Amino acid sequence: MASLRRRAVPYLLISPTVALIAAFLVYPIGSVAYYSLQNRNLTRPWADGFAGLENFRRMLFEDELFWQSLGFTAKWVVAEIGLQLLLGLALALIVNESFIGRGLARSLVFSPWAVSGVLTTGIWILLYTPQTGVLRFLGQPETAVLGNLDTVFPAVVVTELWRGVPFFAILLLAGLQGIPGELYEAAAVDGAGRVRRFRHVTLPHLRDAIVLATLLRSVWEFNNVDLLYTLTGGGPAQVTTTLPLYVAQRAIDSKDFGYGSALTMAGFVILLFFSLLYLRLSRFGEER
Amino acid sequence: MSTDVAIRPGRAHAPQNRSRRRPRPKRDRGRVLRLYVPLGLYLVFTLIPFYWMVVFAVRPSGSTTPVPWPITFEHFETVWNDIGYAVFFRNSVIVGVWSLLATTVLAVMGGYALSRFRFRGRSLFMVVLLCTQFIPGAMLLIPLFTIFKTLGLINNLGSLIVADTVFNLPLSVILMSGFISAVPFTVEEAAMVDGCTRLRAFLAVVLPQLRPGLIAVGSFAFIHTWNNFLFALMFVSRQDSFTIPVGLSYTIGEYSADFGALAAGGVVAAVPVVCVFAVVQRYLVTGISAGAVKG
Repeated sequence: MASLRRRAVPYLLISPTVALIAAFLVYPIGSVAYYSLQNRNLTRPWADGFAGLENFRRMLFEDELFWQSLGFTAKWVVAEIGLQLLLGLALALIVNESFIGRGLARSLVFSPWAVSGVLTTGIWILLYTPQTGVLRFLGQPETAVLGNLDTVFPAVVVTELWRGVPFFAILLLAGLQGIPGELYEAAAVDGAGRVRRFRHVTLPHLRDAIVLATLLRSVWEFNNVDLLYTLTGGGPAQVTTTLPLYVAQRAIDSKDFGYGSALTMAGFVILLFFSLLYLRLSRFGEER
Repeated sequence: MSTDVAIRPGRAHAPQNRSRRRPRPKRDRGRVLRLYVPLGLYLVFTLIPFYWMVVFAVRPSGSTTPVPWPITFEHFETVWNDIGYAVFFRNSVIVGVWSLLATTVLAVMGGYALSRFRFRGRSLFMVVLLCTQFIPGAMLLIPLFTIFKTLGLINNLGSLIVADTVFNLPLSVILMSGFISAVPFTVEEAAMVDGCTRLRAFLAVVLPQLRPGLIAVGSFAFIHTWNNFLFALMFVSRQDSFTIPVGLSYTIGEYSADFGALAAGGVVAAVPVVCVFAVVQRYLVTGISAGAVKG
C-alpha cells in the first residue's frame, strides 16, 4: 500500500499540467482537424455541415493569398533568423567580455525582449511617421514607410530585429558561459590568436546552442502574429501577411472557422516538420 | 549564479596578464574598436525607440522638439481617465498575477516530479512538453474560442487566465525541473531521515533554495501574460474587460493622429514589464542554461 502511494506521487504531481495540456492544447488540435472538414462560419450558421475536402481544395487551388502568404512567411523567417543570428552572436560575444558596466549594458541591450509585439508596434509607428518620426533627421522622404511597397519589408524586418535580437543573444550567451575558460587559456598558450580561438574553441562549443536557438527562433518568428497584425495588418496589399496572420485574420475578422481550420492544418504540417527536426537535433546533442 | 562567479576572477586577473604582454595604449585601441564601438552603436539602436516614446508621452501636443522641456502629464491623464487605461491596467494585473501564481505552483509540482522521480511515461511527458513549444496560440484561436464559449468564459478574464497559464506551463515546468535538479537530493533526504514527511522536507529545505527559480519562472509567466495580445483580442470584446495590449492596439488604430496618447499608453504598458525585467534579467541567462537549451 505504501509503495503504491509512493508510486502515485509523480502522477499526482503532473496530473494538473497533463489535464490542462490535454484540454486546451491536444483537444483543440484534434478539433481543428475536425472543423477543417466542415463548413463552419459563425456569421452564416445556416450553412454549417460536412464539407469533405472542399476547404482544402479551395485552399490549394483557388486561394492565391494562401500561396502568397506562404511565400512571405519563408522570406520573413529567413531574413529575420539570418540577421538575428549574426547580430545576436556578435552581441553575445560582446557582453560576454568583462568590462566595467557590463551588468548595466546587458540589462539595456536585452530590455526589448520584455516588450510586447503591440507595444513594439506603438513605439515604431512613432519612429516611422513622416512628419514626427526619427527618420526625418536622416532625410527621409515625405512618405509613410509602412504604406510603401518598396520600404515596408525592410521596415518590418528592422522593427522585429529590435525585439528579436536580444532573445537570440540571451540564448547564445547561455551557451557561451558553458564553455570552460581553461580551453581559451590552453589555446592562447598554444599561440592561437583571437580569430583562431573563435573558430576552433567558441564555434564548435556553441554549435548546439546555435542550432537550437535558430530552430526555436524560426518557429517563433513563423508564429509571430502580434507585431504584423498591429503594425501593417498584413498590408499594404497583403504583401506582409504570414500564414498564421492569415489564419488569425480569418478567425478574428471573418469568423470563417471551417476554412480557417484548413489553413491551420497546413501550418501544422510545416510546424510538425520543424518539431521533428528539433527533437532529432536536441537528442543528438545529448548523446555526445 | 555562474555569471557572478565568472565576472570576478576575470576582472581581477585580466589587467595584469595583458599589461605584461603588450604595451597598454595599443591594446586599448583594439578593445575600443572591438567592444565599445559596436556596443555603443547597438545601444543607440536599442534605446532611441524607448527615448522617442517617452519624448512623445511627456511633450505637449504640437511640439516637435527632440528634447522636451518643460514636461507635461496631460497625455497620461487622457489615456488613464478618458480612454480607460485604469480599467485595462487593472484587468492586466488580475490576469497576470493569477496566471503567475497558477503557472508557478503547477511548474513546481511538475518540475519536482520530473526532477526527483523516474516514473513510467516520464520521457513521453518530456517530449509532449517540448513539442507544445511549437504550437502557436494564433492557430488555436478558433478551437479555443469554441471551448471557452461552451464554458461560458467569453468576455470573462477567466478565459485569459486559463489560456495564458496553459501556454506558459510547458516551458516553466522544464525550467523549474532544471532549478530543482540543481538542489542536491541529499539535503532533502537528510530532512526525511530526521522524520520530516516528503512535503515538509520540500517546503523547509528545497523551497528556500529555489528562490531564483521561482523568481525566474514567475517573471517569465507574468511578462508573457502581460504581453499576450491575441487571446485577449479574440476572447474579450467588451471594453471593460480589455487588457493593456488590446487597449493599446485600439489606441494605435483610433488615435493614430494623437501620438501623445499613443506614447503615454505605451509607457503605461511598458512600466510593469520593465520593472519585472530589471529584477529577472540577472536570472535570465542562468535560467536558460539550466533548463531550456539543455532540456
